[in-house]
Amino acid sequence: MAIEKFTKITSSAVPLPIENVDTDQIIPARFLKATTREGFGENLFRDWRYDSNNKPVEDFVLNDPKYSGKILVAGKNFGSGSSREHAAWAVHDYGFKVVVSSFFADIFRGNSLNNGLLPVLVTEDFLDEIFAEIDKDPKAQFEVDLESQTFKIVSSGSTASFEINSYKKECLLNGFDDIDYLLNIKDKITAFEASRA
Amino acid sequence: MGKTLFDKIWDSHVVAKIDEGPSVLYIDRHLIHEVTSPQAFAGIEKRGIEVFRPQNTVATPDHNVPTIDQHLSIKDELSRFQVNKLTENCERHGVTLFGLNHPYQGIVHVIGPQLGLTRPGMTIVCGDSHTSTHGAFGSVAFGIGTSEVEMVLATQCIMQPKPKKMRISVEGELPKGISAKDVVLYIISKVTASGGTGYFVEFAGSAIRSLSMEGRMTVCNMSIEMGARGGLIAPDQTTFDYVKGREYAPQGEEWEKELAKWKELYSDEDAVFDKEIVYDAADIEPMITYGTNPGMGTKVKGRIPTLEEVPEKERNSFTKSMKYMGFNPGDELIGKPIDYVFVGSCTNGRIEDLREVAKFVKGRKKADNITAWIVPGSKQVEQQAIEEGIVDVLEEAGFKLRQPGCSACLAMNDDKIPSGKYAVSTSNRNFEGRQGPGSRTLLASPVTAAAVAVTGSIVDPREISELELV
Repeated sequence: MAIEKFTKITSSAVPLPIENVDTDQIIPARFLKATTREGFGENLFRDWRYDSNNKPVEDFVLNDPKYSGKILVAGKNFGSGSSREHAAWAVHDYGFKVVVSSFFADIFRGNSLNNGLLPVLVTEDFLDEIFAEIDKDPKAQFEVDLESQTFKIVSSGSTASFEINSYKKECLLNGFDDIDYLLNIKDKITAFEASRA
Repeated sequence: MGKTLFDKIWDSHVVAKIDEGPSVLYIDRHLIHEVTSPQAFAGIEKRGIEVFRPQNTVATPDHNVPTIDQHLSIKDELSRFQVNKLTENCERHGVTLFGLNHPYQGIVHVIGPQLGLTRPGMTIVCGDSHTSTHGAFGSVAFGIGTSEVEMVLATQCIMQPKPKKMRISVEGELPKGISAKDVVLYIISKVTASGGTGYFVEFAGSAIRSLSMEGRMTVCNMSIEMGARGGLIAPDQTTFDYVKGREYAPQGEEWEKELAKWKELYSDEDAVFDKEIVYDAADIEPMITYGTNPGMGTKVKGRIPTLEEVPEKERNSFTKSMKYMGFNPGDELIGKPIDYVFVGSCTNGRIEDLREVAKFVKGRKKADNITAWIVPGSKQVEQQAIEEGIVDVLEEAGFKLRQPGCSACLAMNDDKIPSGKYAVSTSNRNFEGRQGPGSRTLLASPVTAAAVAVTGSIVDPREISELELV
């Protein structure tokens, strides 16, 4: 079952300069009652996006018409806390293809990669540069190229390279997932079991 | 070069290693619950494949179950559907299920150890970040996402990059009245909520070894709250004594064989860790959190940092957090009024926790301004609490035991702390809205929670009950 292929995107970005954004903020637990993977984008950042009367909170970035795009730029330690994959589903379902931060929680990072959502890790200085660029021009364009593993601020040409292991890179470029890989080595798994018995 | 405990277990479970990529890791025990498994079952069904090793997976509903009237049909339609879906999936795929009203039902991380499903040397995963709890037995246990749950159902393996290794030692004797929860809240307050990211942590040192299995589980449970992939403690006689004789524990000759293997599970003296930290047990006091991540903790008798004390880059997040909590930087914590007390969760919902609470509240009365929810971690804990007379002691003091589940730890069911209210909670997360939209959570130990429940405000339990604390 393939995931969406990822190659290169150029887009404006949505800034979320908050640190330690945990997965309970990304998608609160009360929205985890679904038994399918679809539709979580509707409740992405629910309690920051809407007040207790379900009215949009005007100054929250997702409600601010100034900001749009397929890239979410977030503060340090994004995706901490609960392992709920629903958080990666919600970010992706909302329309983001890339999340940029200076630090990602391990499980969220893994979950993102398993869903075709690319986590791009940059230095704190470069992250500040991106925030400054969006501050200057909310429609500023950024180019994310998985093949060359680079993130570019288009107007200035300022570029950062990012790490991704070559296996995961291949998976994303080709739309493969881990289960395909594991199913293909089932003989090896069975042999491993036999060797331990 | 010697191997760490983590290396020994990890390396013996690697089926294959991809160059410059993850390892294929074999999983011995897979625990599932209703919230993070339905999409995984749907996934394998869509692929037209069976569960590869159904005997290695055990299921129970916990996150989304009510904690009163469990014998009735679940009122909330979506919750009922999700819990029923788990039952259907388990029946269809031959997975053992301890469903609602089964005598073994409970929070996955409470029932695994209790039933002897959790054992030293195992790899254990669950679609839940607090799977690290099982590391207390000297197993490599960690939380996974639903895609990975699907991988385990389909192949009994997952693909994982090997984390780095950290050892956190707490040396010396713990002061009187200090619990495992204080130890781990202390550690997280030092390491920060992200300081363990990328690492698997081994907890060691004489203070850790002095803890009961319940205490060790509390410590390992919160490894994820410092960002760590998991935490583990080398098994010893305390571990073996706990496992022996449990329902699914090996018996007879098999026990002896396993035991011999378990005794090899320790970090070699010359093993090298990527990072080592040592703390002095004597420095630990009753702890409480004041902010919106578990790293924002301090001594109960301490105060919230002033803005100047917070690193400049973190001040925005700190200010946002203080605003949410309704606290001022620099505030003392003692004496702050509290509305709710929650005792329970995979962190502190075990029999030992209930015993501590009962011991503290015996002969006292719950404060009028406090609503208290005491939720056992499992049916077996509930049963034991009844048999030991804990329930009577609690009722005498004005408390009532609810029925098992995750409850107000994540407020997926109706157990929600109302907006703006303060809760002292024995659970593991104080995130914004974690215990209900707008709820304000302060994490603490069961004894501190009990002390707050009888005084109605934040208090150092040692001040009320010095003689009774051990």
